[in-house]
Amino acid sequence: MAQPFVKKDDDHDDEMEYSPFMGIEKGAVLQEARVFNDAQVDPRRCSQVITKLLYLLNQGESFTKVEATEVFFSVTKLFQSKDTGLRRMVYLIIKELSPSSDEVIIVTSSLMKDMNSKIDMYRANAIRVLCRIIDGTLLTQIERYLKQAIVDKNPVVSSAALVSGLHLLRTNPEIVKRWSNEVQEGVQSRSALVQFHALALLHQIRQNDRLAVSKLVGSLTRGSVRSPLAQCLLIRYTSQVIRDMSNHGQSGERPFYEFLESCLRHKAEMVILEAARAITELDGVTSRELTPAITVLQLFLSSPKPVLRFAAVRTLNKVSMTHPMAVTNCNIDMESLISDQNRSIATLAITTLLKTGNESSVERLMKQITNFMSDIADEFKIVVVDAIRSLCVKFPLKYRSLMTFLSNILREEGGFEYKRAIVDSIVTIIRDIPDAKEGGLLHLCEFIEDCEFTYLSTQILHFLGIEGPKTSDPSKYIRYIYNRVHLENATVRAAAVSTLAKFGFMVESLKPRITVLLKRCIYDSDDEVRDRATLFLSVLGGDGTLDADKDSKEFLFGSLEVPLANMETSLKNYDPSEEAFDINSVPKEVKSQPLAEKKAQGKKPTGLGAPPAAPASGFEGYERLLSSIPEFASFGKLFKSSSPVELTEAETEYAVNVVKHIFDNHVVFQYNCTNTIPEQLLERVNVIVDASEAEEFSEITSKALNSLPYDSPGQAFVAFEKPAGVPAVGKFSNTLTFVVKEVDPSTGEAEDDGVEDEYQLEDLEVVSADYILKVSVSNFRNAWESMNEEDEHVDEYGLGQRESLGEAIKAVIDLLGMQPCEGTETVPSNARSHTCLLSGVYIGNVKVLVRAQFGMDSSKEIAMKLAVRAEDVSVAEAIHEIVANG
Amino acid sequence: MELPPKVKNILLLDSEGKRIAAKYYSGDWPTNTAKEAFEKAVFSKTQKTNARTEVEVTALENNIIVYKFVQDLHFFVTGGEEENELVLASVLQGLFDAVNLLLRGNVDKREALDNLDLIFLCFDEIIDGGIVLETDANVIAEKAGINSIDPNAPLSEQTISQALATAREHLTRSLMK
Repeated sequence: MAQPFVKKDDDHDDEMEYSPFMGIEKGAVLQEARVFNDAQVDPRRCSQVITKLLYLLNQGESFTKVEATEVFFSVTKLFQSKDTGLRRMVYLIIKELSPSSDEVIIVTSSLMKDMNSKIDMYRANAIRVLCRIIDGTLLTQIERYLKQAIVDKNPVVSSAALVSGLHLLRTNPEIVKRWSNEVQEGVQSRSALVQFHALALLHQIRQNDRLAVSKLVGSLTRGSVRSPLAQCLLIRYTSQVIRDMSNHGQSGERPFYEFLESCLRHKAEMVILEAARAITELDGVTSRELTPAITVLQLFLSSPKPVLRFAAVRTLNKVSMTHPMAVTNCNIDMESLISDQNRSIATLAITTLLKTGNESSVERLMKQITNFMSDIADEFKIVVVDAIRSLCVKFPLKYRSLMTFLSNILREEGGFEYKRAIVDSIVTIIRDIPDAKEGGLLHLCEFIEDCEFTYLSTQILHFLGIEGPKTSDPSKYIRYIYNRVHLENATVRAAAVSTLAKFGFMVESLKPRITVLLKRCIYDSDDEVRDRATLFLSVLGGDGTLDADKDSKEFLFGSLEVPLANMETSLKNYDPSEEAFDINSVPKEVKSQPLAEKKAQGKKPTGLGAPPAAPASGFEGYERLLSSIPEFASFGKLFKSSSPVELTEAETEYAVNVVKHIFDNHVVFQYNCTNTIPEQLLERVNVIVDASEAEEFSEITSKALNSLPYDSPGQAFVAFEKPAGVPAVGKFSNTLTFVVKEVDPSTGEAEDDGVEDEYQLEDLEVVSADYILKVSVSNFRNAWESMNEEDEHVDEYGLGQRESLGEAIKAVIDLLGMQPCEGTETVPSNARSHTCLLSGVYIGNVKVLVRAQFGMDSSKEIAMKLAVRAEDVSVAEAIHEIVANG
Repeated sequence: MELPPKVKNILLLDSEGKRIAAKYYSGDWPTNTAKEAFEKAVFSKTQKTNARTEVEVTALENNIIVYKFVQDLHFFVTGGEEENELVLASVLQGLFDAVNLLLRGNVDKREALDNLDLIFLCFDEIIDGGIVLETDANVIAEKAGINSIDPNAPLSEQTISQALATAREHLTRSLMK
């Protein structure tokens, strides 16, 4: 079978397959490499062999250590040849072989000789090779030559040294930093690329010195930069400086904006694009600042060059997420891009249009998209479907045409991810727009009649079970559901049985018929299906008393109160024993998802879409830790643990942060301490807490840390008692006390005698937010309406002058420590009013929902109307109190 | 964004997506298998497009890829998604034109394989460790084209003069447009 698969096609094909490397084999090439050792070097032959070696490496072949060393040693012999072409190949192969440091010695003298050669090409390449392979000690030896090379009159040599400097900065920053004078000279070079490389290196050298960077930018923006690449760099650095300045609270006229704007008129398109992008990405960019950038991007949209069109539409797409109005001027140009040959451009254009379009253009747009959908790949289609979903939420009145579109594409061919995106979108629309429900459910029913994805079928069946019985004519869905019992695999059959049962339970008139259907299912071939059918038959056959009804309802429709991810971790940790698994032990807190995009997923019903892969919270870890300490075991169930709060500055001798653990009657501070001094061992580490500014708290116990060696963190604890169920607040000042023992670094042994010492830590506060758990709700409106309206507490507050609405909202969220719902914590950047929805669980396990409406007037004064509903009126009052005191 | 523009890789594939030459500058694809998978994805995504007159562009796995085809050769340059497409395009154009100069206008797979050393040198002259070294095709071709001064060499001084002649021709053509 060693005979290769010879092509029996025509000669033409054979000729196409010709390759000088046909049948090349590593062993043979390594043999050939022995010519490098010949006394009389044949440059041509050697170049060919090197090319073959490079070819092998390039195709992913790897050499063993021995092979590589052997090749490397023989290659070094080729330095004796004076042939420039061969030398060029030698440089290349040395870089590819990346020799180890003990081998490098062999070539350094040859390369150093080349570095001082009269031939420019030798100098430039020797620098690049040498800098790639040497270490710090050798670098100091050649530093002098490198500095010379930077100011070499040949730009190629100078660039080689500068680029090498950029690479070396990562490994030997202290050496490269000594070159700034030479680099500075490079910035003034006539050669475009030398200027570019010098500017990049100079900035890298100074990047940690804000003032120096700002000076650099200030002097260069006055116009000494010629190369377009260098100009692009300068624009990047300028936006960085602008960002830093605004971070440091300097307001007023934005510095350097004029420079960015002037770059929009540069002759190189590369620079125009960079500047336009920089402007669109400015923090809090105003529409006046945005306009010139949008104008040049609009011109790019009709460029004959695909790259320019792509760059422009990609930038505008980003802008449309935050400033949709600014982009509307480009809509006409964008519409013509829907038919662009390049499908990436077309997709970006469509999704941008969907974001910026107004209500009247929806129908026209949908018509254009329909033609477009058939000839793009699934991954593009998903992007479009997602955009349509958000469009539908934005213009609920247009649901009809959007729903038709979605149901049409649902019927067409497509992979799982694509179909799932469509189904998710339909479900979202059904949830948000009541009028769309009946039609949407029927579309889904039709889809499961011919659906090859078990996952989607079961999800849809589940959803039907919840929504179907509430429609005007539930019976029309039964046929679709029961068909599943005949036609599908066991998983889908089981789901269908559950759905049938839900209909039977909710719709009294259907109960007898459903019972008949379920009875047929008890002869199913699959265990699970039979079990479910039997179970539901007995539930439906219940005596109809109020209690039994309530139980069955809870059983059929009750939602799992804990996040699935937490449930999963708890189950994994569960050790099968006498004790049964207790669902109450599963933590309810969801890890907050910081990105707005991820929030959108939270909006999806829990039944559909994969459960969010929330990272396992540290909560269980804390809980286990605390319950293992006897002193705290009697405190009961842990309610909440805060995230660590730093009590020391970064890079101090001792790093300490604290985690606040809240129990019903107690608060435990967990001090995580790290000793950063290798020569010290700390013993009897304790934290002395002064609670004089926290009247409601009294210290009951503390647990010292016996020994804290270098770099292995340990914990000390202090526990306080507080009134039960009350959100007591207060300020605590902390002092770290310990015994220091010197450690002999050579033996690692500590001296016997120690000195007592103490270290002042920063203050710590217990705030109201510590008493509220971030717990999200899947559907805020439902949850809100299910709470008693009578118990609603509304009040208005003035929040004073703020930079922006977003800042005010963040302050309120931080103050309350609640979970923002449905992505309402993000504010469109120029909005003047906004509503934010929050949910949480207050100490004592009381559910709280907050609807906060914010408004901003022209003087940036912010007013807030806060409506709170809670399961307990006193808690709603407590929330208002928190806000009033905050 | 504070760093200079970075190129993640340069690829030269044949009309079946097989690697002729490739150079990776980022650690995003640590193994050869990962590299091949990426090349396959890039190739199949761009295969049906017409990138023979203008440089084309697409996005894949948070990367921006610019590409251009000639005969049975497919050239690609990849950068991060925050990268300036036009910088990547200028790198690609520089590579493309330099190869054209070095192969004296006969740019196809066979010529490329026959002169693979020149292709490797070309890559080496355009990008150094991900940083753009040079984008001017004439300069690149001149630097990569320095070949043997040995009379026995296959491409002697003639190469340089020919490369320059082609360069001149190229220039005239672009001026006449």
